[in-house]
Amino acid sequence: MITGAEIGTFLSRRRGIGRLHWSDWLTYGYLLMGVLIVLLPILWMILSSLKSPAALVENDPRALPYEQITIPAADGKSHTVFLWTRSDGVAVDVALVGVRGLNARVFEPGRPDTVFEVPRASLQRKETVAPRWDNYTEPTIGSTQSRTFNFLRYFWNSSFVTVVATLLTLIVNAMAGFALSKYRFAGRDAMALVIIATLLVPPTVILVPLFITVSKLGLLNSLWGVIIPAVATPTGVFLLRQYMLTIPDELLEAARMDAASEWKIFWRIILPLSLPALSVLAILSVMWRWNDFMWPLIVLTQSEVFTLQLGLSTFKGELNDNMHHLLAMTVLTLLPVTLVFVVLQKHITTGIANTGLK
Amino acid sequence: MSAALTWIWKALGDLIDGPLRSLQKHIGAHRMAYVFLAPNLIIFGLFSFWPMLLNFYIAFTGGQSVILAERPLIGVENFRELLACPSYLDPRTCPVAGYSFWTGLWNTLFFALVQVPIMVVVALVTALILNRNIRGRGFWRAVYFYPVMLSPVVVAVIWDWILKRRGILNALLDDMVSGWNDLARSGVWFEIGLGLILLLPLLPVTRALLARIASPHRLRLSHGLAVGLAILLSTWLARSGGLVLPDYRPVNWLIDQRAGWPMFWVIFVYTWGHLGFYMLILLAGLQAIPRDLYEAAEMDGTSRFRSFWRITLPLLMPTMVVVLVLSLIRAFQVFDEVYVLTGGGPGQATKMIIQHIYESAFIGDAKRYGIAAASSVLVAGLLMVLTLVQLLVTRRRAGG
Amino acid sequence: MASLDLRNVKKAYGATNVIHGIDLSIRHGEFIVFVGPSGCGKSTLLRMIAGLEVVSGGEIAIDGTAVNDVPAAERGLAMVFQSYALYPHMSVRQNLSFGLENLHMPKDEIARRVAEAARMLRIEPYLERRPGQLSGGQRQRVAIGRAVVREPRIFLFDEPLSNLDAKLRVQMRVEIGSLHQRLGNTMIYVTHDQVEAMTMADRIAVLRDGRLEQFGAPLDLYNRPASLFVAGFIGSPRMNFLEGTIEAVTPSAMTLRLKGGEAVTVSCAPASGAEAVGAAIKLGIRPEHVTLARSEAPDIRLAVTLTEQLGGDSYLHGTTPSGETFSVRLAGQTSVRRGDDIGLVLGTPTLRHVFNAATGVVYPPI
Repeated sequence: MITGAEIGTFLSRRRGIGRLHWSDWLTYGYLLMGVLIVLLPILWMILSSLKSPAALVENDPRALPYEQITIPAADGKSHTVFLWTRSDGVAVDVALVGVRGLNARVFEPGRPDTVFEVPRASLQRKETVAPRWDNYTEPTIGSTQSRTFNFLRYFWNSSFVTVVATLLTLIVNAMAGFALSKYRFAGRDAMALVIIATLLVPPTVILVPLFITVSKLGLLNSLWGVIIPAVATPTGVFLLRQYMLTIPDELLEAARMDAASEWKIFWRIILPLSLPALSVLAILSVMWRWNDFMWPLIVLTQSEVFTLQLGLSTFKGELNDNMHHLLAMTVLTLLPVTLVFVVLQKHITTGIANTGLK
Repeated sequence: MSAALTWIWKALGDLIDGPLRSLQKHIGAHRMAYVFLAPNLIIFGLFSFWPMLLNFYIAFTGGQSVILAERPLIGVENFRELLACPSYLDPRTCPVAGYSFWTGLWNTLFFALVQVPIMVVVALVTALILNRNIRGRGFWRAVYFYPVMLSPVVVAVIWDWILKRRGILNALLDDMVSGWNDLARSGVWFEIGLGLILLLPLLPVTRALLARIASPHRLRLSHGLAVGLAILLSTWLARSGGLVLPDYRPVNWLIDQRAGWPMFWVIFVYTWGHLGFYMLILLAGLQAIPRDLYEAAEMDGTSRFRSFWRITLPLLMPTMVVVLVLSLIRAFQVFDEVYVLTGGGPGQATKMIIQHIYESAFIGDAKRYGIAAASSVLVAGLLMVLTLVQLLVTRRRAGG
Repeated sequence: MASLDLRNVKKAYGATNVIHGIDLSIRHGEFIVFVGPSGCGKSTLLRMIAGLEVVSGGEIAIDGTAVNDVPAAERGLAMVFQSYALYPHMSVRQNLSFGLENLHMPKDEIARRVAEAARMLRIEPYLERRPGQLSGGQRQRVAIGRAVVREPRIFLFDEPLSNLDAKLRVQMRVEIGSLHQRLGNTMIYVTHDQVEAMTMADRIAVLRDGRLEQFGAPLDLYNRPASLFVAGFIGSPRMNFLEGTIEAVTPSAMTLRLKGGEAVTVSCAPASGAEAVGAAIKLGIRPEHVTLARSEAPDIRLAVTLTEQLGGDSYLHGTTPSGETFSVRLAGQTSVRRGDDIGLVLGTPTLRHVFNAATGVVYPPI
C-alpha cells in the first residue's frame, strides 16, 4: 500500500539523508524515461540520415548504417559479397554473380573464373558499418544534378530572414519600449493599449488580409514580406519596456546634462543597459524566425525564396524516394538551433522561464 | 575584438544621431518619443490593425481576386455558407465550406480539450520531479526543453519517419511481440520465472488471508500456500498458451483511421514538441515558492502530503492558470506540426480549423478569400475571449 | 562666471502647484544651499534650473539671459545626482569623457580635462574601473569629476552626500568646499541637512511647501530667523518654543505672558504696536542661550526628565509647569539629575525671538 505520506514524500522537494529512498529511484526512472522519449527519436533520425537509400527503403531497424560489402566486377559493375558456410562447417567469402532457382552462382574473390553454384540458404550477407556522408554532400556541395534539394539556397534564405528580422525586431521594439517607459507624452497609455490589443489578434486569424496587404505592397515572394510584418511584436515591446522601467531616470537626466541627444541616450545608455532583456528577445526572435513555417508558406511560393522549413516540408510532401536526402537535410536544419541551445542553454531556459514567453 | 565592436557601435549610433539630433532641435526633446514609437506603430498599423479591419470587410465579399476593388460585396453569404448546417454536430450536412469549417472546428476542439489537460498534467508532474533535490537538474531541464527549440517541420519529419508503416516503431513492437512469444513458448524456464514473479504479490496476499489463524506455523503455512499457488498459476498460464500474443501486424499509424491513431499521434507529437515550455514555466513557478514556507510547515508538524496540497498547489495556482490558458490559445491555433505530419488526413480526420482557413484561401484553384476571412472572424471571436482571460490573469498576477 | 536669477518661478503638475513663485538672485561664485524638509520643492527647483523640468511660470535667467526654453544640455550647467547616476556600463574614464564627446570636443582636450579632474579628485587609480567596482566615496568623487570636466557655468548638487556614511559625509563636505574655493564657480547645493547647509553655504535658501521662507547668510538665519519655521529648522538642538500672549508693548520693550503664567520681557515688537496686545505668540529661545538661575530670579522652572552628558556639553530635557517640552544646552558638565526641579534664565532679551502664533512671522527687534 502506498500511503498518503509516501506520496507526500514523493511530491515534496526534500529527500531523506543518506542512501537513495525508493522515491528517488522512481524520480530518476521517470526522468530517464522522459529523456529517452525526447532524445531517441532525434537520435534515430540522425542515425538514419547516415544510411544508404537501400537501407532506408528496407527500413533496416539496426541503429548503425550497415552496407553490403561489394567487390568491383570486370564490367564496371560490382558483386556483393556473402559469407558461405560450406557443408564441412567452414565459412568463406564468396561473391555473387547471379541466382538460379534455389541456388546462387558465386565465385571466390580473387578467382572470378571459377563460378560455382551453392544453395542460397547457405549464404549470409556480409556487411560493414559505412556512414553514407553522400546524403549530406549531395544536396549541399554536390553537383547540381544530384541536388534534389537546394539546401544552400534555403539555408541562405533562412539565415537572412533570421538575422535581419532579429536585428530589426530588437531595434524597433527597443525604441518603442524606450518611448513607452521613459517619456510622458499625450496618448502614451492609449498607444500602449493599442499595442497590447494586437495580442488579441494572432496572425493566424488575419492571414487573408495580411496576405492581401503584403501582396499589395509587392512583397510576395520576397524575403522582406516574411520579415517585416512580424517585426513589431507586442511581447517584445512589453518585455523591453518592463526592463527599461528598472533603469533609473537619473541616468537619463545625467546624460541629458552631458549634452547627449535623445537618440544618443537610447543608443549609448539604454541599449547597453538593456542587454539582458535584449538577449532574451534575440533568442526568442531567432527561434521564431528560424522555425517559422506558416507565414513563409503563404508569402513564398517560388522555390528560389523558400526557407529551410518550407523546403523541407515541400520536399517531404513530394512522393519521391529521396528519404536519405530529406533526413540528412532535416539534421542540418536542426543543427544550428541545437548548437545555439547547447551553448546558451542556461541563458535560454532561465530567460524563457522568467518572461513566460515562447 | 570588443574594442572594434565598441567602435562600430559608436560610429553607427553617431551616424543615425546626425539627422535625429537636428530633428530633436526642431521638435524638442520630449516629442522624440513619437519618433521612437513611429516605426513600431507603422508596422503595427500596417500589418496588424489594418488587416484586422480589412478582415471584416473581406468576410462580406466574394470572388477570387486579391484586388479589393474587384471583390463584390455579397453580404452575409460567406457566413451563411459556413453556418447553414442542419446539424453542426454532423458537418456532412453542411454546404462545402461549412463542412470543412465544422470538421476543422470539431477536430480542433477535440484536439485542444484532450491535448491541453494531458500536457499540463505531464508538465506539472515533470516540474514537480525536477523541483526535487535531484542531481543534474540543469541537464534534465535542458533535455526536456530541447524539443521546444525544434521547428514544427523538423518535429514532423522526425515522427513521420518513426511512424511509417515500415518504421522503427512497428519494427520495435514486432520485435517485442515475437520476443515475448518466444519467451512464452520457451517452456520450463519461463514457468519458473513466471512463478517467481507471481510469488511477489502472492506472498503478502496469503499472509493477509491467514492473518486470523492463530497457529505457531502460520508463517510457514502462508509461504507454502503462496508457493503452491504460484506454481499452479504459472503452469496453467504457460501451458494454456494464454500468454502467447497474436502475431504483430504493423499499423499504419498516420493513415489507419480505424482506432483513431492519426489523431492520437498528432496529439502525442504536438505534446512532445511543446511540453518542455510549460514544464519550464511551472518549474519557475515552483521555485518561486519560498523554501521557508515548507520549513515553517514542517516545524508545525504538517505532513508533506498536506503541505503539497495546502502550500504548493495554492501558490502555484496563478502559474497553472497562465499555463492552462496559454496552452489552450496555442492549441486552438495548431497548424504547422499537423499540416506537415498528416496534411489533415487521413481524409479530414486531423484537419484543424487554421488549416481550413489556410486551404480555403491559398490551396486549390478557387481561392475563397471571403470564406477564409469569415471563418477567421468566427475563430478570432473565440481566441479573443481566451486571450482576454489570459491578459486578465497575468495582470492580476503581476499586480498581486 | 555666472549669475542666476529666478523671477517668480512656478511649477505645477496638472492642477497641483508645487512651487508657488520663487524670486532669488544668486551672484557669481556664490555657494548657495537650498535646504528644507523633504517635499518642500528644493529638488524640483534645482531640476528646473538644470533644465530637467519644464518651468510652469516665471523666468530663470543665467547671466541675465532667460533660459526657460533652452534644453538642459545647452545651459552649460553640470549636475551631481543623489544616486550619482554614473553610467554603470562605462569605465570611470568613459563616464567622465562621455559628455565632452557629445560636445564634439577634440580628443586631446578631453584627455587633458579628464586627467586634470582625476588628479584633483584623486580618482586616477580607478579610471579604467566600472562604477560598480568602486566604494561609495569613490563613486561620489567620480560623479563630481563628471561635473568638473564639463567646466560648467554653474554646478548643481542634488543631495549628493545622502548616500554616504557619517564620517565620509564630513570628509566630502570639506572636499566640496575646497573644490568651490579652487574653482570659484557658482554652486547650488540641495540638502535636507541643516548642518550641511550651515557649514557649506555662502547663503542659504530655506524652502517650505514650495515657498521661499528666508534667503540669507547662515548666521543671519541663525541669529535672525524670519519665521517660526526657519527658527525651528536652523540650529541644533532645535529652538525651544513656549506659547503665550502679548501683555504690553512699550517703545523700548514688550512684555509677554507665558502659558504657565510667567512674564518675560523681549526687545522686539509687532509693527502694529499696542494694537497687538492679547495676540497669541510663540516665544523662541535656543537651548544654548538658556542658563541656570543661580542668584537671579528664574524666568521659568523646568522639571528635568532626562540629562545627557556629552563631556564637553550637557543637555537637559524636561517639561515646564505648563507641560511644554524644553531643552537646555550647558557648556561643560552638570550636576543636575533627572527628577530635579530647576530654575532657568531665558538668556538676554535680545536672544529671545517672538513669532506670531497664527502666521509664524517674526516680530522685528525694536
